[in-house]
Amino acid sequence: MTSAQLQGYLAVGYAKRKFVDRLMRLLLLVAAIVALTPLFSVLFYVLSRGLGNLNWAFFTEVPKPIGESGGGMANALVGTATLVGIASMIGVPWGIAAGVYLSEYGRSRVANMVRFGTDMLASVPSIVIGLFVYALVVVPMGGFSAFAGGVALGIIMVPTIARNTEEMLRLVPNHIREAGLALGLPRWKVILRIVLRGSVSAITTGIMLSIARVAGETAPLLFTAFNNRYWHQGLDQPIASLPVQIFTYAGPPDEVWNGQAWTGALVLLFFVLVLNVTSRVFFRSGSVGRE
Amino acid sequence: MSQQVEPILRVRNLNAWFGESHALKEISVDIPPSAVTAVIGPSGCGKSTFIRCLNRLHEEVPSAGASGEVSLNGMNIYGEGVDPVGVRRKIGMVFQKPNPFPSLSVYDNVVAGLRLAGIRRRSVLTEVVERSLRQAALWDEVKDKLSVPGTSLSGGQQQRLCIARALAVEPPLLLMDEPTSALDPIATAKIEELILELRKQVTIVIVTHNMQQAARISDRTAFFLMGELVEFGETSTVFTVPKEERTERYITGKFG
Repeated sequence: MTSAQLQGYLAVGYAKRKFVDRLMRLLLLVAAIVALTPLFSVLFYVLSRGLGNLNWAFFTEVPKPIGESGGGMANALVGTATLVGIASMIGVPWGIAAGVYLSEYGRSRVANMVRFGTDMLASVPSIVIGLFVYALVVVPMGGFSAFAGGVALGIIMVPTIARNTEEMLRLVPNHIREAGLALGLPRWKVILRIVLRGSVSAITTGIMLSIARVAGETAPLLFTAFNNRYWHQGLDQPIASLPVQIFTYAGPPDEVWNGQAWTGALVLLFFVLVLNVTSRVFFRSGSVGRE
Repeated sequence: MSQQVEPILRVRNLNAWFGESHALKEISVDIPPSAVTAVIGPSGCGKSTFIRCLNRLHEEVPSAGASGEVSLNGMNIYGEGVDPVGVRRKIGMVFQKPNPFPSLSVYDNVVAGLRLAGIRRRSVLTEVVERSLRQAALWDEVKDKLSVPGTSLSGGQQQRLCIARALAVEPPLLLMDEPTSALDPIATAKIEELILELRKQVTIVIVTHNMQQAARISDRTAFFLMGELVEFGETSTVFTVPKEERTERYITGKFG
């Protein structure tokens, strides 16, 4: 083969590779668009259906009896806030404590079991957790309650927060811990006041994401918090929530109710979206992993 | 020549392990007070392990263990019932990489040891901050930005901040584990100057990779090789007329 021939082959090969490169890039772009389509169509659809009923009354009034138009989902909004509040009070300290244990003391076999258990809990279908809480809280208490709903959501929050906390604490380099120990601080103080403090923004991000997740949970609330057409009468009473209200209102063939359900979906979607976006912004501005 | 003064730290038959591997073998040495003792030797010779045994930080590594006697002013820190946390309050440490506590300000970094030990009086803390930062030759550079994050300082400043943090609890003994290996020559020179200054108030044991550094700043030098203490003596002697052939070969660059 002469040098000219070789150059010829190379030129042909180059053109082909360039073509394949373009083709692949195009395919990847198409795949990315396909992946994003559901998100944008959901956003668009919910916006188009839900925006019409979005008014001040939606945020301030309780639902009107069937057949009457108007009314809102104020009780469900407050309900969701209440449920998420109870869930956070349970899930946040429990999750962070478990995460700290896994990261700082997580070398034993017990810790491996805990880690495995956390992963299992994270993949348990949420309706099963609802059933569990039904047996654990609803039956002994003698009825559906806001408290039971909060417990169910709180349990769902635990594994997410625990694993996130563990991973974020692992990002704190070990020599930071050693610096604390070398100052003559007991290990628990080093963890609490130095390691945990250094990852506050990342851990908060995890908490916000898990709140965004449970705020939209419906299944575990069906037989724990149930629903309530009015303002709730105490934490031991059934309580309305946005997802369950949407579920209830989307079912019957009633124009007004269905419209309310769409608006509810819009508000819920917006809330979750805002939480997600702020947590990401928050995380980026945080100082974790930097030295 | 052996020192006549009472040693501040007496090490006898110190052994250390990482799991099965025997990292330090029967180390016995007397560290004189108010002096700089350099620990030199090739990588993996056990010099870092040695000083990490001196404040019982070695045992924090999983599967690591140590035995023997290390007495600080007559008290064996490996004695029965001795709390390593108490030991570490009296023996400060500066690490290879500058490691100010993340998301704590310069001020808070310096007083971390005091504050977490329960001292809250602002006047006391502020006084300690100034004193420690002056001791660490950092005061003039940071006095107007005590509230910025410690991690926002330059590498050399961060290392001096770590020195100030260690000095704030007034340890009689300060351990330094290759404190300049992550720094540029100018920052290194500043730290060396600082060490010579500090020697008057605090005993320093410094691990270094850099033999010129050991020669410049130390009064005594200990040469480690494969977990053993090969030679210990006046720095000038060790570097000019070493007793051991292995020391001479290392110092003249024949290996290591």
